[in-house]
Amino acid sequence: MPIRSDRAGFLPVAQLPSLVARLMALGYQCLGPAVENGAIVMRELDAPDALPRGLQAAQAPGHYRLTQDPQNRYFAWANGPQAIKPQTFAPQESLWRVARDAEGALQFAAVIPDAPAQALIGVRACDLAALAIQDAHFLREGRRDEHYAQRRDRLFLVAVQCAEPAATCFCASTGDGPTPSAGYDLTLAELAEGFVVEAGSDKGAAVFDALNLSAATPQQIDAARQQGQAAAAAQTRSLPDRNLRDALMSRLEHPRWDDVAARCLACGNCTAVCPTCFCHAEADTPALDGRTSRHERIWDSCFGESHGHLHGFNVRPDIRSRYRQWLTHKLATWHDQFGRSGCVGCGRCIAWCPTGIDLTEEVAALTVGEGTP
Amino acid sequence: MNAPHAIDSGAPHAATVVARTQESPTIFTLQLRLDDAAAQAAYRFAPGQFNMLYLYGVGEVPISIMSDPEERDGIGHTIRALGRVTQGLAALGPGDRVGLRGPFGRGWPLQEVSGCDVVLVTGGLGCAPVVSVIHYILKRRERFGKLVIIQGVKHADDLIWREQYDRWAKLPDTQVMVAADEGAAFWPWHVGRVTELFGLARFDPGCAVAMMCGPEGMMRAAVGSLQALGLPESRLFLSMERNMQCAVGRCGHCQFGGAFVCRDGPVFNWGEAQPLLAHRGY
Repeated sequence: MPIRSDRAGFLPVAQLPSLVARLMALGYQCLGPAVENGAIVMRELDAPDALPRGLQAAQAPGHYRLTQDPQNRYFAWANGPQAIKPQTFAPQESLWRVARDAEGALQFAAVIPDAPAQALIGVRACDLAALAIQDAHFLREGRRDEHYAQRRDRLFLVAVQCAEPAATCFCASTGDGPTPSAGYDLTLAELAEGFVVEAGSDKGAAVFDALNLSAATPQQIDAARQQGQAAAAAQTRSLPDRNLRDALMSRLEHPRWDDVAARCLACGNCTAVCPTCFCHAEADTPALDGRTSRHERIWDSCFGESHGHLHGFNVRPDIRSRYRQWLTHKLATWHDQFGRSGCVGCGRCIAWCPTGIDLTEEVAALTVGEGTP
Repeated sequence: MNAPHAIDSGAPHAATVVARTQESPTIFTLQLRLDDAAAQAAYRFAPGQFNMLYLYGVGEVPISIMSDPEERDGIGHTIRALGRVTQGLAALGPGDRVGLRGPFGRGWPLQEVSGCDVVLVTGGLGCAPVVSVIHYILKRRERFGKLVIIQGVKHADDLIWREQYDRWAKLPDTQVMVAADEGAAFWPWHVGRVTELFGLARFDPGCAVAMMCGPEGMMRAAVGSLQALGLPESRLFLSMERNMQCAVGRCGHCQFGGAFVCRDGPVFNWGEAQPLLAHRGY
């Protein structure tokens, strides 16, 4: 378990604002949970004590409803539709712009975002695992994406152990949660009387030291550990604990693809809420005066009509091939690209699917009789 | 994360059209030169690679590079006017400006096949990636063995560069076979499926390589014929087309299984591509 007794501090519950205040004093724009359109999202905190308490959400296939945590904790919610992906991989942004002079000569210039330093408070283990995958994609050796890097380099991540996973969560089976194990600057485990705090980076250690925390007691550390174990044990969904690449790629003509295609609306909700999906379209937006144009990238989905479009024909003209592309990319060929599955077990695609398609169920149906866990 | 990385701002180079040739009613060739003389002089590519051409205010398209890699004055692109960008590019003439990013991807294995016979199989309208190889080999004739050019088109009128095929057919150690599913008056070549011609191809299967591009169904059929003639899978190569928007393996549209066609291709060994080509939807 990641909580090391030698370096764990304790932050009394009433002093949580002092952590936010410290980050604000360091110049970070602090983002934390907020309610918007009936769901929990990450929004800027306007004051150190602005973190809401008691937020919770009940999730099930095709279902997400806000509820109230009877214990009035800060982080008893599992996740909202979007985690931290928009903070690094922007939903829409300019990559470059071009100006055309009176003679028609073109002048191109990269548009590098001037990203603020942001501290994200309440980041989950699944989000950190997804961020590591997005890092591998966008910061690939030799092809560092400057737009992503500008935001990524300025992030301060305050992770939180998940104590109350949603019914859609299955991070324990993918090995990504519910207790953060890497990739954070600070991590918190919320107990009734306060937080067991640990630093995971030099940046985090500096803040940790500045907070002058008392050491967490062995009882507190043990309670945090047990809380993580209980959260893992409480998860009812799972993916098989093995590389599904060959199992799925040998079933590309399985009748289950037709079955799921009949339920799938190809709306793309699953890809929009997925913390690892990286597809994006590129499009030009010319200015009205005709003198300049912006070349933008916009999140795209493999469920869309245009994703597989090629002059004269569509590589994936039907929903069956699009769902199959999504699932086999996420769980099979992702291994070829990133050395792991593209699923971190957050369960968002299950909750936010309007028809309640559950990928763990689809995988079970596709691989029935295959191997043994 | 702190290791040195190449910074990729991704903005195109400004380029100017230096020549435009109409190849057929819908196909044209643009010869482009980068406006930055140093960038033009430093530009290098391998046959089979592609550039992203940008039409002001409209967008980008991936276009295979047609010119010879040792040509320093300009970069050739043969384009079919089909979509928003290519129809706009078709309207350009000498002096007009575009953007150019590239080259991208993996080209044909031309170094590896030195001394061997080369079988080029193309289908459809003016298959630029393979025609660039023909030019490449003819310029360096001593480095290669026999050259077999097999081209299939749907209709006789679809064949562009017709006089080039006539000229190539007269060259020593060069065999040209063209087939049209539908013939026309004065069509001198075969009428029927291109695969019906493979039996006539003369090459040494012990030292030959095949390079193909065109419709994937045609390539699957061609592979069957070539394997029957003794060419092993390891020496069959194809150039693939997929939706490409970023060209650097980032936007995700061109994914073909775990491969990004723009980065890991567009040229693949048949063995790499075959397992997924058998399934519609990849």
